[in-house]
Amino acid sequence: MDTEKQTIIKNLANEMGTEDLVVVIGAADPEVAQVTAETVTFGDPSFAGPLAGVSLRLPVYHILEPEVKEAIPPEVYAKQAGFMELVADAEEIGKIFREIRDKIENP
Amino acid sequence: MQAPVIKACSYILTHVPGFVRYGSKPTREINDDAASVLPSIETHLRSFEDAVEYPPNQVFIGNLTPDRLNDIEQPWHRHPLQDASRYGKYGEIMPEEEVLGLLKLADDFDLIWLEKESVQMLKSALAAHPLWKDADLEKIDGGVDLAHISERIENQESLPLYHHGRVVGCMHRHHEQDENLRAQVLMENLMTKASGTLALRHLLKKADIQAGEIDLLLNCSEEAVGDRYNRGGGGLAKAIGEMCGCTSATGCDIKAFCVGSLYALVNAFALVKSGIFKKIAVVGGGSMAKLGMKFKGHLAKDMPILEDLLGGIAFLITDDDGKSPIVRLDSIGKHDIGSGSSQQSIMESLVLKPLDRMGMKIIDVDKYAVELQNPEVTVPAGSGNVPLANYRMIGALAVLRKEIQRAEIDRFVLERGMPGFSPTQGHIPAAVPFLGHAVDAIKRGEINNAMFVARGSLFLGRMTQLSDGLSFLIEKNPGQKD
Repeated sequence: MDTEKQTIIKNLANEMGTEDLVVVIGAADPEVAQVTAETVTFGDPSFAGPLAGVSLRLPVYHILEPEVKEAIPPEVYAKQAGFMELVADAEEIGKIFREIRDKIENP
Repeated sequence: MQAPVIKACSYILTHVPGFVRYGSKPTREINDDAASVLPSIETHLRSFEDAVEYPPNQVFIGNLTPDRLNDIEQPWHRHPLQDASRYGKYGEIMPEEEVLGLLKLADDFDLIWLEKESVQMLKSALAAHPLWKDADLEKIDGGVDLAHISERIENQESLPLYHHGRVVGCMHRHHEQDENLRAQVLMENLMTKASGTLALRHLLKKADIQAGEIDLLLNCSEEAVGDRYNRGGGGLAKAIGEMCGCTSATGCDIKAFCVGSLYALVNAFALVKSGIFKKIAVVGGGSMAKLGMKFKGHLAKDMPILEDLLGGIAFLITDDDGKSPIVRLDSIGKHDIGSGSSQQSIMESLVLKPLDRMGMKIIDVDKYAVELQNPEVTVPAGSGNVPLANYRMIGALAVLRKEIQRAEIDRFVLERGMPGFSPTQGHIPAAVPFLGHAVDAIKRGEINNAMFVARGSLFLGRMTQLSDGLSFLIEKNPGQKD
Protein backbone atom coordinates (compact mmCIF):
# COMPACT_ATOMS: atom_id res chain seq x y z
CA MET A 1 0.00 0.00 0.00
CA ASP A 2 1.60 3.26 -1.08
CA THR A 3 2.44 5.97 1.43
CA GLU A 4 -0.06 8.42 -0.07
CA LYS A 5 -3.01 6.11 0.63
CA GLN A 6 -1.63 5.32 4.08
CA THR A 7 -1.58 9.05 4.82
CA ILE A 8 -5.21 9.42 3.75
CA ILE A 9 -6.36 6.56 6.00
CA LYS A 10 -4.29 7.82 8.92
CA ASN A 11 -5.68 11.35 8.58
CA LEU A 12 -9.25 10.06 8.35
CA ALA A 13 -8.75 7.99 11.50
CA ASN A 14 -7.27 11.00 13.30
CA GLU A 15 -10.10 13.33 12.25
CA MET A 16 -13.09 11.02 12.66
CA GLY A 17 -11.89 8.45 15.15
CA THR A 18 -11.81 4.74 14.41
CA GLU A 19 -15.21 3.84 15.90
CA ASP A 20 -17.44 4.26 12.84
CA LEU A 21 -14.78 3.88 10.21
CA VAL A 22 -14.71 0.89 7.88
CA VAL A 23 -12.19 0.42 5.09
CA VAL A 24 -13.40 -1.12 1.83
CA ILE A 25 -10.67 -2.50 -0.36
CA GLY A 26 -10.96 -3.05 -4.11
CA ALA A 27 -7.73 -4.79 -5.21
CA ALA A 28 -8.59 -7.82 -7.34
CA ASP A 29 -5.37 -9.67 -6.55
CA PRO A 30 -5.85 -11.63 -3.27
CA GLU A 31 -2.30 -11.00 -2.06
CA VAL A 32 -2.42 -7.28 -2.80
CA ALA A 33 -5.80 -7.07 -1.07
CA GLN A 34 -4.40 -8.92 1.93
CA VAL A 35 -1.37 -6.66 2.31
CA THR A 36 -3.59 -3.59 2.00
CA ALA A 37 -6.03 -4.94 4.58
CA GLU A 38 -3.28 -5.81 7.03
CA THR A 39 -1.73 -2.38 6.63
CA VAL A 40 -4.89 -0.57 7.78
CA THR A 41 -5.52 -3.02 10.60
CA PHE A 42 -2.16 -3.99 12.07
CA GLY A 43 0.21 -1.41 10.53
CA ASP A 44 2.52 -1.20 7.51
CA PRO A 45 4.31 -4.58 7.27
CA SER A 46 7.20 -2.99 5.34
CA PHE A 47 7.67 -0.33 8.06
CA ALA A 48 8.09 2.29 5.34
CA GLY A 49 4.92 4.39 5.38
CA PRO A 50 2.94 6.54 7.85
CA LEU A 51 1.17 3.43 9.19
CA ALA A 52 4.45 1.75 10.22
CA GLY A 53 3.89 0.57 13.79
CA VAL A 54 0.37 2.07 13.81
CA SER A 55 -2.26 -0.54 14.55
CA LEU A 56 -5.56 1.17 13.69
CA ARG A 57 -7.52 -2.10 13.94
CA LEU A 58 -10.07 -0.75 11.45
CA PRO A 59 -12.59 -3.30 10.24
CA VAL A 60 -11.83 -4.17 6.62
CA TYR A 61 -14.10 -5.50 3.92
CA HIS A 62 -13.51 -6.24 0.27
CA ILE A 63 -15.78 -4.70 -2.34
CA LEU A 64 -16.60 -8.23 -3.57
CA GLU A 65 -17.87 -9.47 -0.18
CA PRO A 66 -21.64 -9.94 0.15
CA GLU A 67 -21.87 -7.48 3.10
CA VAL A 68 -20.64 -4.67 0.85
CA LYS A 69 -22.58 -5.75 -2.20
CA GLU A 70 -25.85 -5.66 -0.22
CA ALA A 71 -25.17 -2.09 0.91
CA ILE A 72 -24.84 -0.73 -2.62
CA PRO A 73 -27.69 -0.17 -5.12
CA PRO A 74 -27.54 -3.09 -7.59
CA GLU A 75 -27.24 -0.96 -10.73
CA VAL A 76 -24.36 1.04 -9.25
CA TYR A 77 -22.65 -2.14 -8.09
CA ALA A 78 -23.03 -3.83 -11.48
CA LYS A 79 -21.54 -0.83 -13.23
CA GLN A 80 -18.63 -0.26 -10.85
CA ALA A 81 -17.77 -3.75 -9.60
CA GLY A 82 -19.54 -6.21 -11.91
CA PHE A 83 -16.49 -6.64 -14.12
CA MET A 84 -14.16 -7.24 -11.18
CA GLU A 85 -16.58 -9.88 -9.87
CA LEU A 86 -15.76 -11.86 -12.99
CA VAL A 87 -12.04 -11.21 -12.78
CA ALA A 88 -11.30 -11.83 -9.10
CA ASP A 89 -11.48 -14.95 -6.97
CA ALA A 90 -14.15 -13.62 -4.60
CA GLU A 91 -14.20 -16.80 -2.52
CA GLU A 92 -10.48 -16.72 -1.75
CA ILE A 93 -10.68 -12.99 -1.02
CA GLY A 94 -13.67 -13.48 1.30
CA LYS A 95 -11.77 -16.12 3.26
CA ILE A 96 -8.74 -13.85 3.70
CA PHE A 97 -10.88 -10.93 4.89
CA ARG A 98 -12.90 -13.01 7.35
CA GLU A 99 -9.64 -14.23 8.89
CA ILE A 100 -8.31 -10.69 9.24
CA ARG A 101 -11.54 -9.48 10.90
CA ASP A 102 -11.38 -12.48 13.27
CA LYS A 103 -7.85 -11.48 14.22
CA ILE A 104 -9.04 -7.95 15.07
CA GLU A 105 -11.85 -9.24 17.26
CA ASN A 106 -9.87 -12.09 18.87
CA PRO A 107 -6.26 -10.92 19.00
CA MET B 1 -2.67 -4.02 -48.48
CA GLN B 2 1.08 -3.57 -48.11
CA ALA B 3 1.71 -3.65 -44.38
CA PRO B 4 4.83 -3.03 -42.32
CA VAL B 5 6.43 -6.12 -40.82
CA ILE B 6 8.31 -7.02 -37.67
CA LYS B 7 11.55 -8.03 -39.36
CA ALA B 8 13.65 -8.82 -36.29
CA CYS B 9 13.67 -8.50 -32.50
CA SER B 10 16.43 -8.53 -29.91
CA TYR B 11 16.42 -8.74 -26.13
CA ILE B 12 19.30 -8.32 -23.73
CA LEU B 13 19.85 -8.25 -19.98
CA THR B 14 22.81 -6.67 -18.25
CA HIS B 15 23.55 -8.21 -14.86
CA VAL B 16 24.71 -5.38 -12.57
CA PRO B 17 24.56 -6.41 -8.90
CA GLY B 18 27.12 -3.70 -8.03
CA PHE B 19 24.62 -1.06 -9.16
CA VAL B 20 21.63 -2.30 -7.14
CA ARG B 21 22.63 0.16 -4.39
CA TYR B 22 22.02 2.97 -6.93
CA GLY B 23 18.43 1.99 -7.66
CA SER B 24 16.00 4.63 -6.38
CA LYS B 25 14.53 2.55 -3.56
CA PRO B 26 17.85 1.11 -2.30
CA THR B 27 19.45 4.59 -2.46
CA ARG B 28 16.74 6.06 -0.24
CA GLU B 29 16.82 3.17 2.23
CA ILE B 30 20.63 3.23 2.41
CA ASN B 31 20.56 6.98 3.08
CA ASP B 32 18.23 6.33 6.01
CA ASP B 33 20.20 3.47 7.55
CA ALA B 34 23.34 2.44 5.67
CA ALA B 35 24.72 0.28 8.48
CA SER B 36 21.91 -2.25 8.36
CA VAL B 37 20.51 -1.92 4.81
CA LEU B 38 23.72 -2.17 2.79
CA PRO B 39 24.95 -5.46 4.31
CA SER B 40 21.52 -7.08 3.86
CA ILE B 41 21.47 -5.99 0.21
CA GLU B 42 24.96 -7.32 -0.38
CA THR B 43 24.25 -10.72 1.13
CA HIS B 44 21.16 -11.12 -1.09
CA LEU B 45 22.77 -10.34 -4.46
CA ARG B 46 22.97 -13.06 -7.10
CA SER B 47 26.04 -14.35 -8.90
CA PHE B 48 26.16 -14.04 -12.69
CA GLU B 49 25.66 -17.81 -13.00
CA ASP B 50 22.50 -17.60 -10.87
CA ALA B 51 21.15 -14.82 -13.10
CA VAL B 52 21.91 -16.83 -16.25
CA GLU B 53 20.30 -20.02 -14.91
CA TYR B 54 17.16 -18.20 -13.75
CA PRO B 55 14.32 -19.52 -15.98
CA PRO B 56 12.53 -16.18 -16.70
CA ASN B 57 15.83 -14.68 -17.92
CA GLN B 58 16.28 -17.60 -20.32
CA VAL B 59 12.79 -16.91 -21.68
CA PHE B 60 13.64 -13.23 -22.11
CA ILE B 61 16.70 -13.92 -24.28
CA GLY B 62 14.85 -16.58 -26.27
CA ASN B 63 16.24 -19.92 -25.11
CA LEU B 64 12.87 -21.01 -23.69
CA THR B 65 9.33 -20.20 -24.80
CA PRO B 66 7.19 -18.39 -22.18
CA ASP B 67 4.78 -21.32 -21.83
CA ARG B 68 7.63 -23.53 -20.63
CA LEU B 69 7.57 -21.58 -17.36
CA ASN B 70 4.24 -23.28 -16.60
CA ASP B 71 6.17 -26.55 -16.33
CA ILE B 72 8.88 -25.24 -14.01
CA GLU B 73 8.11 -25.32 -10.32
CA GLN B 74 8.09 -22.01 -8.44
CA PRO B 75 9.90 -20.27 -6.94
CA TRP B 76 11.93 -20.25 -10.14
CA HIS B 77 14.99 -18.91 -8.34
CA ARG B 78 15.18 -22.25 -6.54
CA HIS B 79 14.86 -24.18 -9.80
CA PRO B 80 17.77 -23.04 -11.94
CA LEU B 81 18.17 -24.37 -15.46
CA GLN B 82 21.18 -26.61 -15.88
CA ASP B 83 23.50 -25.89 -18.82
CA ALA B 84 21.88 -22.50 -19.42
CA SER B 85 23.78 -20.23 -21.81
CA ARG B 86 24.39 -16.51 -21.42
CA TYR B 87 23.70 -16.21 -25.15
CA GLY B 88 20.22 -16.72 -26.55
CA LYS B 89 18.36 -16.67 -29.81
CA TYR B 90 17.43 -12.99 -29.30
CA GLY B 91 20.41 -11.62 -27.41
CA GLU B 92 22.35 -12.25 -24.25
CA ILE B 93 22.83 -11.73 -20.55
CA MET B 94 25.95 -9.61 -20.09
CA PRO B 95 28.08 -9.86 -16.91
CA GLU B 96 29.03 -6.79 -14.92
CA GLU B 97 32.72 -6.69 -15.92
CA GLU B 98 31.68 -6.36 -19.57
CA VAL B 99 29.00 -3.81 -18.72
CA LEU B 100 31.59 -1.62 -16.98
CA GLY B 101 33.75 -1.66 -20.11
CA LEU B 102 30.72 -0.90 -22.26
CA LEU B 103 29.84 2.07 -20.02
CA LYS B 104 33.32 3.50 -20.61
CA LEU B 105 32.90 2.98 -24.36
CA ALA B 106 29.58 4.85 -24.12
CA ASP B 107 31.17 7.74 -22.21
CA ASP B 108 32.03 10.69 -24.47
CA PHE B 109 32.62 13.24 -21.68
CA ASP B 110 35.16 11.51 -19.40
CA LEU B 111 32.38 11.03 -16.87
CA ILE B 112 33.82 7.68 -15.78
CA TRP B 113 37.25 7.06 -14.34
CA LEU B 114 38.31 3.44 -14.22
CA GLU B 115 40.80 2.35 -11.61
CA LYS B 116 44.27 1.56 -13.00
CA GLU B 117 44.49 -2.01 -11.71
CA SER B 118 41.03 -2.89 -13.06
CA VAL B 119 41.40 -1.51 -16.58
CA GLN B 120 43.11 -4.55 -18.09
CA MET B 121 40.53 -6.97 -16.63
CA LEU B 122 37.61 -4.86 -17.93
CA LYS B 123 39.20 -4.37 -21.34
CA SER B 124 40.02 -8.04 -21.88
CA ALA B 125 36.50 -9.01 -20.81
CA LEU B 126 35.05 -6.92 -23.62
CA ALA B 127 37.80 -7.95 -26.05
CA ALA B 128 36.52 -11.53 -25.80
CA HIS B 129 32.95 -10.49 -26.70
CA PRO B 130 31.89 -11.37 -30.26
CA LEU B 131 30.11 -8.04 -30.81
CA TRP B 132 32.68 -5.77 -29.17
CA LYS B 133 36.06 -7.32 -29.90
CA ASP B 134 36.50 -5.06 -32.92
CA ALA B 135 35.34 -1.89 -31.16
CA ASP B 136 37.73 0.92 -30.26
CA LEU B 137 38.69 -0.63 -26.93
CA GLU B 138 41.54 1.82 -26.44
CA LYS B 139 38.91 4.14 -25.04
CA ILE B 140 38.98 1.94 -21.93
CA ASP B 141 42.74 2.52 -21.41
CA GLY B 142 44.19 5.20 -19.20
CA GLY B 143 43.19 4.10 -15.71
CA VAL B 144 43.42 6.40 -12.70
CA ASP B 145 45.04 5.80 -9.28
CA LEU B 146 42.68 4.66 -6.57
CA ALA B 147 43.83 7.59 -4.40
CA HIS B 148 42.77 10.06 -7.06
CA ILE B 149 39.41 8.32 -7.43
CA SER B 150 38.88 8.33 -3.65
CA GLU B 151 39.61 12.05 -3.54
CA ARG B 152 36.90 12.72 -6.14
CA ILE B 153 34.43 10.53 -4.26
CA GLU B 154 35.13 12.27 -0.97
CA ASN B 155 35.23 15.86 -2.19
CA GLN B 156 33.38 16.19 -5.46
CA GLU B 157 30.32 13.96 -5.15
CA SER B 158 31.60 11.34 -7.60
CA LEU B 159 29.98 7.95 -7.07
CA PRO B 160 32.07 4.80 -6.65
CA LEU B 161 31.59 2.00 -9.17
CA TYR B 162 31.69 -1.44 -7.54
CA HIS B 163 32.42 -4.87 -8.93
CA HIS B 164 32.42 -7.86 -6.55
CA GLY B 165 32.41 -5.38 -3.66
CA ARG B 166 35.58 -3.62 -4.81
CA VAL B 167 35.85 -0.04 -6.13
CA VAL B 168 36.83 -0.27 -9.80
CA GLY B 169 36.19 3.33 -10.76
CA CYS B 170 33.89 6.28 -10.23
CA MET B 171 31.27 8.35 -12.01
CA HIS B 172 31.53 12.15 -11.96
CA ARG B 173 28.94 14.86 -12.05
CA HIS B 174 29.27 17.34 -14.93
CA HIS B 175 28.10 20.54 -13.28
CA GLU B 176 28.34 21.66 -9.69
CA GLN B 177 24.85 23.12 -9.40
CA ASP B 178 22.80 21.33 -12.04
CA GLU B 179 20.64 18.60 -10.47
CA ASN B 180 20.18 17.02 -13.91
CA LEU B 181 23.91 16.51 -14.39
CA ARG B 182 24.54 14.91 -10.99
CA ALA B 183 26.62 11.72 -11.04
CA GLN B 184 23.58 9.57 -10.22
CA VAL B 185 21.48 11.02 -13.07
CA LEU B 186 24.32 10.74 -15.57
CA MET B 187 24.91 7.16 -14.43
CA GLU B 188 21.24 6.33 -15.07
CA ASN B 189 21.42 7.82 -18.54
CA LEU B 190 24.70 6.18 -19.43
CA MET B 191 23.39 2.77 -18.28
CA THR B 192 20.40 3.25 -20.57
CA LYS B 193 22.61 4.26 -23.46
CA ALA B 194 24.87 1.23 -22.95
CA SER B 195 22.06 -1.33 -22.58
CA GLY B 196 20.14 0.13 -25.53
CA THR B 197 23.31 -0.03 -27.60
CA LEU B 198 23.83 -3.68 -26.73
CA ALA B 199 20.24 -4.46 -27.79
CA LEU B 200 20.67 -2.59 -31.09
CA ARG B 201 23.96 -4.40 -31.83
CA HIS B 202 22.21 -7.74 -31.39
CA LEU B 203 19.32 -6.58 -33.58
CA LEU B 204 21.63 -5.67 -36.46
CA LYS B 205 23.37 -9.05 -36.19
CA LYS B 206 20.12 -10.99 -35.98
CA ALA B 207 18.54 -9.12 -38.90
CA ASP B 208 21.80 -9.55 -40.82
CA ILE B 209 21.79 -6.00 -42.16
CA GLN B 210 24.44 -3.31 -42.32
CA ALA B 211 24.18 -0.60 -39.65
CA GLY B 212 24.19 1.99 -42.44
CA GLU B 213 20.87 0.68 -43.78
CA ILE B 214 18.90 1.94 -40.76
CA ASP B 215 17.43 5.34 -41.59
CA LEU B 216 15.51 6.12 -38.39
CA LEU B 217 16.02 5.25 -34.73
CA LEU B 218 13.23 5.66 -32.19
CA ASN B 219 14.36 5.29 -28.59
CA CYS B 220 11.62 4.48 -26.08
CA SER B 221 13.75 4.41 -22.90
CA GLU B 222 12.29 6.28 -19.94
CA GLU B 223 15.31 8.22 -18.72
CA ALA B 224 15.15 12.02 -18.56
CA VAL B 225 18.15 13.19 -20.58
CA GLY B 226 18.88 16.89 -20.55
CA ASP B 227 20.26 19.69 -18.42
CA ARG B 228 18.68 22.27 -16.09
CA TYR B 229 16.92 24.05 -18.93
CA ASN B 230 15.39 20.96 -20.56
CA ARG B 231 15.08 18.13 -18.05
CA GLY B 232 13.91 15.07 -19.98
CA GLY B 233 13.70 17.06 -23.21
CA GLY B 234 16.76 15.42 -24.71
CA GLY B 235 17.18 11.95 -26.05
CA LEU B 236 19.37 8.92 -26.58
CA ALA B 237 18.32 7.61 -30.01
CA LYS B 238 21.23 9.09 -31.94
CA ALA B 239 23.67 8.44 -29.10
CA ILE B 240 22.78 4.74 -29.29
CA GLY B 241 22.84 4.70 -33.10
CA GLU B 242 26.25 6.38 -33.14
CA MET B 243 27.72 3.56 -31.05
CA CYS B 244 26.37 0.99 -33.49
CA GLY B 245 27.62 2.69 -36.65
CA CYS B 246 24.16 3.72 -37.91
CA THR B 247 25.72 6.57 -39.84
CA SER B 248 22.75 7.05 -42.21
CA ALA B 249 20.14 7.29 -39.47
CA THR B 250 18.60 10.16 -37.61
CA GLY B 251 16.47 9.60 -34.56
CA CYS B 252 14.55 10.87 -31.57
CA ASP B 253 12.98 9.61 -28.36
CA ILE B 254 9.34 8.71 -27.78
CA LYS B 255 8.38 8.54 -24.14
CA ALA B 256 5.10 7.52 -22.59
CA PHE B 257 5.86 5.77 -19.31
CA CYS B 258 5.21 2.03 -19.68
CA VAL B 259 3.51 2.45 -23.08
CA GLY B 260 6.54 4.17 -24.60
CA SER B 261 7.68 1.09 -26.48
CA LEU B 262 4.25 0.67 -28.12
CA TYR B 263 3.97 4.34 -29.10
CA ALA B 264 7.44 4.08 -30.67
CA LEU B 265 6.42 0.93 -32.56
CA VAL B 266 3.14 2.41 -33.80
CA ASN B 267 5.01 5.49 -35.03
CA ALA B 268 7.49 3.21 -36.76
CA PHE B 269 4.67 1.26 -38.46
CA ALA B 270 3.16 4.49 -39.77
CA LEU B 271 6.42 5.99 -40.94
CA VAL B 272 7.36 2.83 -42.84
CA LYS B 273 3.88 2.57 -44.35
CA SER B 274 4.03 6.20 -45.48
CA GLY B 275 7.40 5.58 -47.11
CA ILE B 276 9.11 8.43 -45.25
CA PHE B 277 11.57 5.95 -43.73
CA LYS B 278 12.42 2.45 -44.94
CA LYS B 279 14.15 0.66 -42.07
CA ILE B 280 13.36 1.82 -38.57
CA ALA B 281 14.96 0.50 -35.40
CA VAL B 282 12.90 0.94 -32.24
CA VAL B 283 15.24 0.62 -29.27
CA GLY B 284 14.95 0.82 -25.51
CA GLY B 285 17.67 0.66 -22.87
CA GLY B 286 17.16 -0.31 -19.25
CA SER B 287 16.26 1.69 -16.18
CA MET B 288 18.80 1.84 -13.36
CA ALA B 289 16.36 3.66 -11.06
CA LYS B 290 14.26 0.49 -10.92
CA LEU B 291 17.07 -1.77 -9.70
CA GLY B 292 16.10 -3.26 -6.36
CA MET B 293 12.70 -1.52 -6.52
CA LYS B 294 11.05 -4.38 -4.57
CA PHE B 295 14.14 -5.41 -2.62
CA LYS B 296 12.46 -5.01 0.76
CA GLY B 297 9.87 -7.63 -0.14
CA HIS B 298 12.64 -9.94 -1.32
CA LEU B 299 14.66 -9.47 1.89
CA ALA B 300 11.56 -10.07 4.00
CA LYS B 301 11.13 -13.42 2.23
CA ASP B 302 14.89 -14.10 2.43
CA MET B 303 15.08 -14.55 -1.33
CA PRO B 304 17.68 -13.14 -3.72
CA ILE B 305 17.18 -9.58 -4.97
CA LEU B 306 15.86 -10.39 -8.44
CA GLU B 307 15.92 -6.81 -9.71
CA ASP B 308 19.65 -6.89 -10.40
CA LEU B 309 19.33 -6.62 -14.18
CA LEU B 310 18.64 -3.93 -16.73
CA GLY B 311 16.65 -4.96 -19.78
CA GLY B 312 17.20 -3.83 -23.34
CA ILE B 313 14.97 -4.28 -26.40
CA ALA B 314 15.25 -3.52 -30.10
CA PHE B 315 12.94 -4.13 -33.06
CA LEU B 316 13.43 -3.70 -36.79
CA ILE B 317 10.37 -2.47 -38.69
CA THR B 318 10.45 -2.58 -42.49
CA ASP B 319 8.16 -2.74 -45.49
CA ASP B 320 6.53 -6.08 -46.36
CA ASP B 321 9.13 -8.73 -47.15
CA GLY B 322 6.59 -11.44 -47.94
CA LYS B 323 7.57 -13.62 -44.97
CA SER B 324 7.77 -11.76 -41.64
CA PRO B 325 4.51 -11.32 -39.69
CA ILE B 326 2.62 -8.20 -40.72
CA VAL B 327 1.17 -5.50 -38.50
CA ARG B 328 -2.58 -5.03 -39.01
CA LEU B 329 -2.83 -1.27 -39.35
CA ASP B 330 -6.54 -1.43 -38.56
CA SER B 331 -5.73 -3.11 -35.24
CA ILE B 332 -4.39 -0.15 -33.28
CA GLY B 333 -6.26 0.14 -29.99
CA LYS B 334 -6.00 3.29 -27.93
CA HIS B 335 -7.19 4.59 -24.60
CA ASP B 336 -8.88 7.91 -25.34
CA ILE B 337 -8.86 10.81 -22.88
CA GLY B 338 -12.61 10.39 -22.59
CA SER B 339 -12.51 6.59 -22.31
CA GLY B 340 -12.76 6.49 -18.53
CA SER B 341 -10.28 4.89 -16.22
CA SER B 342 -12.15 1.86 -14.84
CA GLN B 343 -10.38 -1.42 -15.54
CA GLN B 344 -13.23 -2.49 -17.76
CA SER B 345 -13.28 0.61 -19.93
CA ILE B 346 -9.50 0.54 -20.37
CA MET B 347 -9.61 -3.08 -21.53
CA GLU B 348 -12.61 -2.44 -23.78
CA SER B 349 -10.75 0.40 -25.48
CA LEU B 350 -7.58 -1.59 -25.95
CA VAL B 351 -8.96 -5.03 -26.80
CA LEU B 352 -12.63 -4.96 -27.83
CA LYS B 353 -12.74 -1.81 -29.95
CA PRO B 354 -9.95 -2.89 -32.30
CA LEU B 355 -11.29 -6.45 -32.50
CA ASP B 356 -14.77 -5.15 -33.38
CA ARG B 357 -13.25 -2.95 -36.07
CA MET B 358 -11.52 -5.98 -37.59
CA GLY B 359 -14.62 -8.15 -37.24
CA MET B 360 -12.84 -10.51 -34.85
CA LYS B 361 -13.81 -12.18 -31.60
CA ILE B 362 -11.65 -12.26 -28.47
CA ILE B 363 -11.09 -15.97 -29.03
CA ASP B 364 -9.90 -15.35 -32.58
CA VAL B 365 -6.63 -14.08 -31.13
CA ASP B 366 -4.25 -16.98 -30.45
CA LYS B 367 -2.00 -15.25 -27.93
CA TYR B 368 -2.28 -12.04 -25.94
CA ALA B 369 0.79 -10.26 -24.61
CA VAL B 370 0.05 -7.89 -21.72
CA GLU B 371 2.29 -6.24 -19.12
CA LEU B 372 4.69 -9.15 -18.64
CA GLN B 373 6.32 -8.35 -15.29
CA ASN B 374 7.84 -11.41 -13.66
CA PRO B 375 5.42 -12.25 -10.79
CA GLU B 376 8.26 -13.64 -8.71
CA VAL B 377 9.54 -10.06 -8.41
CA THR B 378 6.22 -8.39 -7.64
CA VAL B 379 4.18 -10.88 -5.60
CA PRO B 380 6.58 -11.07 -2.59
CA ALA B 381 6.43 -7.27 -2.41
CA GLY B 382 2.63 -7.20 -2.30
CA SER B 383 2.24 -5.83 -5.82
CA GLY B 384 0.40 -8.85 -7.17
CA ASN B 385 0.69 -10.89 -10.35
CA VAL B 386 0.32 -8.19 -13.00
CA PRO B 387 0.04 -10.35 -16.16
CA LEU B 388 -2.39 -12.75 -14.51
CA ALA B 389 -4.69 -9.88 -13.45
CA ASN B 390 -4.66 -8.50 -17.01
CA TYR B 391 -5.31 -11.91 -18.58
CA ARG B 392 -8.24 -12.52 -16.25
CA MET B 393 -9.69 -9.18 -17.36
CA ILE B 394 -9.49 -10.15 -21.03
CA GLY B 395 -11.04 -13.50 -20.10
CA ALA B 396 -13.82 -11.66 -18.24
CA LEU B 397 -14.52 -9.60 -21.38
CA ALA B 398 -14.86 -12.88 -23.29
CA VAL B 399 -17.40 -14.05 -20.67
CA LEU B 400 -19.38 -10.80 -20.97
CA ARG B 401 -19.36 -11.30 -24.75
CA LYS B 402 -20.59 -14.87 -24.21
CA GLU B 403 -17.59 -16.27 -26.10
CA ILE B 404 -16.58 -18.48 -23.18
CA GLN B 405 -18.18 -19.61 -19.90
CA ARG B 406 -17.08 -18.09 -16.62
CA ALA B 407 -15.63 -21.44 -15.56
CA GLU B 408 -13.40 -21.33 -18.62
CA ILE B 409 -11.49 -18.18 -17.61
CA ASP B 410 -8.58 -20.16 -16.13
CA ARG B 411 -8.22 -22.19 -19.31
CA PHE B 412 -8.44 -19.02 -21.41
CA VAL B 413 -5.59 -17.53 -19.35
CA LEU B 414 -3.47 -20.67 -19.69
CA GLU B 415 -3.97 -21.05 -23.43
CA ARG B 416 -4.00 -17.45 -24.63
CA GLY B 417 -1.82 -15.87 -21.97
CA MET B 418 1.57 -16.69 -20.49
CA PRO B 419 3.45 -16.29 -17.21
CA GLY B 420 5.31 -13.00 -16.78
CA PHE B 421 9.04 -13.26 -17.43
CA SER B 422 10.27 -9.72 -17.88
CA PRO B 423 12.32 -7.55 -15.52
CA THR B 424 10.21 -4.80 -13.94
CA GLN B 425 11.66 -2.02 -16.05
CA GLY B 426 8.70 0.15 -17.08
CA HIS B 427 8.69 0.25 -20.87
CA ILE B 428 10.48 -3.13 -21.10
CA PRO B 429 7.73 -5.48 -19.77
CA ALA B 430 5.11 -3.63 -21.84
CA ALA B 431 3.87 -6.66 -23.86
CA VAL B 432 6.81 -6.44 -26.31
CA PRO B 433 8.99 -9.08 -24.61
CA PHE B 434 6.70 -11.55 -26.40
CA LEU B 435 7.14 -9.97 -29.85
CA GLY B 436 10.18 -12.09 -30.76
CA HIS B 437 8.53 -15.29 -29.53
CA ALA B 438 5.33 -14.39 -31.40
CA VAL B 439 7.16 -13.74 -34.68
CA ASP B 440 8.84 -17.14 -34.43
CA ALA B 441 5.67 -18.99 -33.38
CA ILE B 442 3.79 -17.45 -36.34
CA LYS B 443 6.60 -18.41 -38.72
CA ARG B 444 6.57 -21.95 -37.33
CA GLY B 445 2.81 -22.10 -37.89
CA GLU B 446 2.01 -22.63 -34.19
CA ILE B 447 -0.14 -19.52 -33.97
CA ASN B 448 -1.70 -17.27 -36.59
CA ASN B 449 -1.69 -14.01 -34.71
CA ALA B 450 -0.93 -12.23 -31.43
CA MET B 451 -2.20 -9.06 -29.79
CA PHE B 452 0.04 -6.73 -27.77
CA VAL B 453 -1.59 -4.68 -25.04
CA ALA B 454 0.33 -2.22 -22.86
CA ARG B 455 -0.94 0.11 -20.17
CA GLY B 456 0.66 3.13 -18.60
CA SER B 457 0.29 5.24 -15.49
CA LEU B 458 0.26 8.88 -16.56
CA PHE B 459 -0.54 9.93 -12.98
CA LEU B 460 3.00 9.06 -11.83
CA GLY B 461 4.15 12.49 -13.05
CA ARG B 462 1.43 14.20 -10.95
CA MET B 463 0.11 16.19 -13.92
CA THR B 464 -3.08 14.24 -14.60
CA GLN B 465 -5.04 11.38 -13.06
CA LEU B 466 -5.47 9.78 -16.48
CA SER B 467 -4.43 6.26 -17.44
CA ASP B 468 -2.97 5.31 -20.78
CA GLY B 469 -2.68 2.33 -23.08
CA LEU B 470 -2.09 1.18 -26.63
CA SER B 471 -2.44 -2.12 -28.51
CA PHE B 472 -1.80 -3.73 -31.88
CA LEU B 473 -2.09 -7.09 -33.58
CA ILE B 474 0.36 -8.95 -35.79
CA GLU B 475 -0.52 -11.88 -38.00
CA LYS B 476 0.94 -14.37 -40.42
CA ASN B 477 2.24 -12.78 -43.61
CA PRO B 478 -0.08 -13.74 -46.49
CA GLY B 479 3.05 -14.43 -48.50
CA GLN B 480 4.43 -16.92 -45.95
CA LYS B 481 4.74 -20.42 -47.34
CA ASP B 482 3.50 -23.14 -44.98
